[in-house]
Amino acid sequence: MQDFLEFRSISKGYPGVQALSDVSFAVRKGAVHGLMGENGAGKSTLIRVLSGDQSADEGEIRIDGEVQHYRSVRDAFHAGVIVIHQELQLVPELTVAENLWLGHFPGKGGVIDRRKLIGVVSQKLAEIGIEVDPTAKVASLSIGERQMVEIAKAVMLDARVIALDEPTSSLSSRESEILFALIDRLRANGTVILYVSHRLDEIFRLCDSLTVLRDGKLAAHHPDISKVTRDQIISEMVGREIANIWGWRGRSFGAERLRVENVAGPKLKVPLSFAVRRSEIVGFFGLIGAGRSEMARLVYGADARSQGSVSVDGAVVPADSPPKSIRAGIVLCPEDRKFDGIVQGRSIEENMTISSRRHFSRFGIINPKKESELADKFIAKLRVRTPSRRQDIVNLSGGNQQKVILGRWLSEEGIKVLIVDEPTRGIDVGAKSEIYEILYGLAEQGMAIVVISSELPEVMGIADRIIVMCEGRLAADMPRAEFDERRILAAALPDIKNSKDLPLTQVQ
Amino acid sequence: MTHLKKILLGEQGLVVIFAVAFVIVSLAVPNFLSERNMLGLLQSVVTIGIIACTMMFCLASRDFDLSVGSTVAFSGMVAVMASNAMGSILLGLLAAVLCGAVVGAINGVVIARFRINALITTLATMQIVRGFALIASDGRAVGINDPSFYQLALSRFLGIPTPIWVMGLFFVVFGFVLNRTVFGKNTLAIGGNPEASRLAGVDVARIRIWIFALQGIVCAVAGVLLASRITSGQPNAATGLELSVISACVLGGVSLAGGRAAMTGVIVGVLIMGIAENVMNLLNIQAFYQYVVRGLILLLAVLLDNLRSVAGRQRV
Ligand SMILES: Nc1ncnc2c1ncn2[C@@H]1O[C@H](COP(=O)(O)OP(=O)(O)OP(=O)(O)O)[C@@H](O)[C@H]1O
Ligand SMILES: [Mg+2]
Repeated sequence: MQDFLEFRSISKGYPGVQALSDVSFAVRKGAVHGLMGENGAGKSTLIRVLSGDQSADEGEIRIDGEVQHYRSVRDAFHAGVIVIHQELQLVPELTVAENLWLGHFPGKGGVIDRRKLIGVVSQKLAEIGIEVDPTAKVASLSIGERQMVEIAKAVMLDARVIALDEPTSSLSSRESEILFALIDRLRANGTVILYVSHRLDEIFRLCDSLTVLRDGKLAAHHPDISKVTRDQIISEMVGREIANIWGWRGRSFGAERLRVENVAGPKLKVPLSFAVRRSEIVGFFGLIGAGRSEMARLVYGADARSQGSVSVDGAVVPADSPPKSIRAGIVLCPEDRKFDGIVQGRSIEENMTISSRRHFSRFGIINPKKESELADKFIAKLRVRTPSRRQDIVNLSGGNQQKVILGRWLSEEGIKVLIVDEPTRGIDVGAKSEIYEILYGLAEQGMAIVVISSELPEVMGIADRIIVMCEGRLAADMPRAEFDERRILAAALPDIKNSKDLPLTQVQ
Repeated sequence: MTHLKKILLGEQGLVVIFAVAFVIVSLAVPNFLSERNMLGLLQSVVTIGIIACTMMFCLASRDFDLSVGSTVAFSGMVAVMASNAMGSILLGLLAAVLCGAVVGAINGVVIARFRINALITTLATMQIVRGFALIASDGRAVGINDPSFYQLALSRFLGIPTPIWVMGLFFVVFGFVLNRTVFGKNTLAIGGNPEASRLAGVDVARIRIWIFALQGIVCAVAGVLLASRITSGQPNAATGLELSVISACVLGGVSLAGGRAAMTGVIVGVLIMGIAENVMNLLNIQAFYQYVVRGLILLLAVLLDNLRSVAGRQRV
């Protein structure tokens, strides 16, 4: 079949960064096309150019042979291009149907035709196989359902090209499966889909063809994905071979470091208890909503506990204040990067040293030299792609922002217990193995580490012990020698009856 | 056009506007550049300038303070009455600073600990404190017994009046605090994202309380200087001051959404406010029109802030 969507010599620069240079490739009609690359490689920028949100400095986009001249998202809309960003764009207080009609409500003289409003939507939703109540408020939907609604919106607007930027990063595996099924149906209708992801399994599961970007340039274009291997793609992305992403190595554990006893809070009714030893990495696995992040926030004192105690090396940690927890040696790298992580409008340096700067200040006066050395060190260590440490953090790509937030905690001194919640979400393979390496290094120095992750291969790959949570309870606890995918999954599932739709697991 | 836009909305945009305005005004308005007028101009912005230092912190941390005008009047009143009562100017000044600090700390505690909206809280304290000033003085101006109190405002050092030195000192100190201290950086971080800052171990409530307490102290200093200049404690002094101060800050590039502030910007903002007023006086423009102009300047400032954040929000 012929090329439907064509990028021709697209270049786009920001001050100090060439985000895209001379990128050309084409996608056939009815194809799902993967877009991969390291953090900051230019994937989101390419999608922004496609969506009319940003204009390219050079080059052109053709759809069905026609050169597109649009200058705004609205123009792109009319050309049939719809982008679904990682941060969803629905109005939470409106219903599903209202959201889908937003901008062009049906009706006469300003009075909305309610029957049409809901009728058309339920028909469309049924057509594409989405089970969502059109009269439900978007706020009441899960993230996965919201994503479905976004896609339904694209379908309702007769999109010819749909681009999805890391759509599964906050979906559970079941929700991802539903999304994949929907994408399959759209493909069958001839829609072109551009799919950005860092997860190779998804790329192989979904895509017909693939483009790899590196440093803003086209690193490889594979018109037929069945002709490439995983390792080949990784080395095209990273520019080097990565033999073993996990790189786990044995360690001997010391005395008990973190003890959590009968901790409960408003969202976590059943009291939880567990302990982590020195040098031990404990992976917390569970479905999204199993209560892992709530547990972490209670332990860290980010939310108030209703009962229970946390102690580090035998000393009880005060319950309700992150600053006190940090002084006692516990830190938490939170899950939600945008709301709990980055400080918008401030530089990379300030974001990284927000907590540790008290260590290199005297009488409250910061030593700027030490501050910038530290920032530069972690920018290099985590390979944050940026022209300068003074860059505003919002100008970084998603994965690079995540690296900065991780750097914030990895650079903190005197930490005894490190809790990281979904540390590698949105991070590329190369940087992932770098981060694991740092975690091992910290563990070897005696730190007790808790890694929360929804990716089973990751938890199994790096943890010395796995604790499974299910519906706010601890459901299983097993040492590395006993790791067993089926047992872990079975423990994570709320109800044994549901076990026939076991989440598909990705094995890396 | 786009080039011009870039300059105006960029980091140095305000300085450019200021320089252009300054040149035009010096050429167009007679007597503007004279030493006498320059010192007069600086004298006239002392109150705004001093308070803008801490208002900058307040806005940078996403807070708001409407009570500054009342606190200035109240602490000026306290300084005068306490000096008269205790026969010591030093004790009077201490009393004023203490009162300012208490008002600020109360603002801070209510806002940060009890989580009451800053606008509402300071709207309330603004009226309460003004009420106190009126009650204490029975609504009349209170004169000073010891004439050396006037010297606070009248004395000069190297030919420049003391209040101007005080303002300059505050600019330097608070500029340093904002950029080079943990307190300043944490203030900006809180404004950028309070929840992220809290989780990163910043004691958000404590910093907010400190900011308000400092604001109160700084208002007291301004109040004392003002009382000395007008040679009495006036319960109705500094009405509407809060708006001028906030205008100056916003004009100086401090974002009302928090997280963005620079001392140089605020200084320029303060000077622009001063020049506008000064020029209107030199040109004998009726006081009533001055309200309109001040309002227009504020509107312009907010528009500029908005344009700037739209320009900065290329990526979401
Ligand atoms: N507004 C901006 N100002 C400055 N630099 C920018 C801006 N937007 C993007 N960049 C830079 O352009 C480069 C490409 O960013 P982009 O978001 O396209 O990366 P990405 O491939 O999507 O990465 P990720 O996998 O982390 O999402 C990055 O180095 C980023 O820092
Ligand atoms: Mg991206």
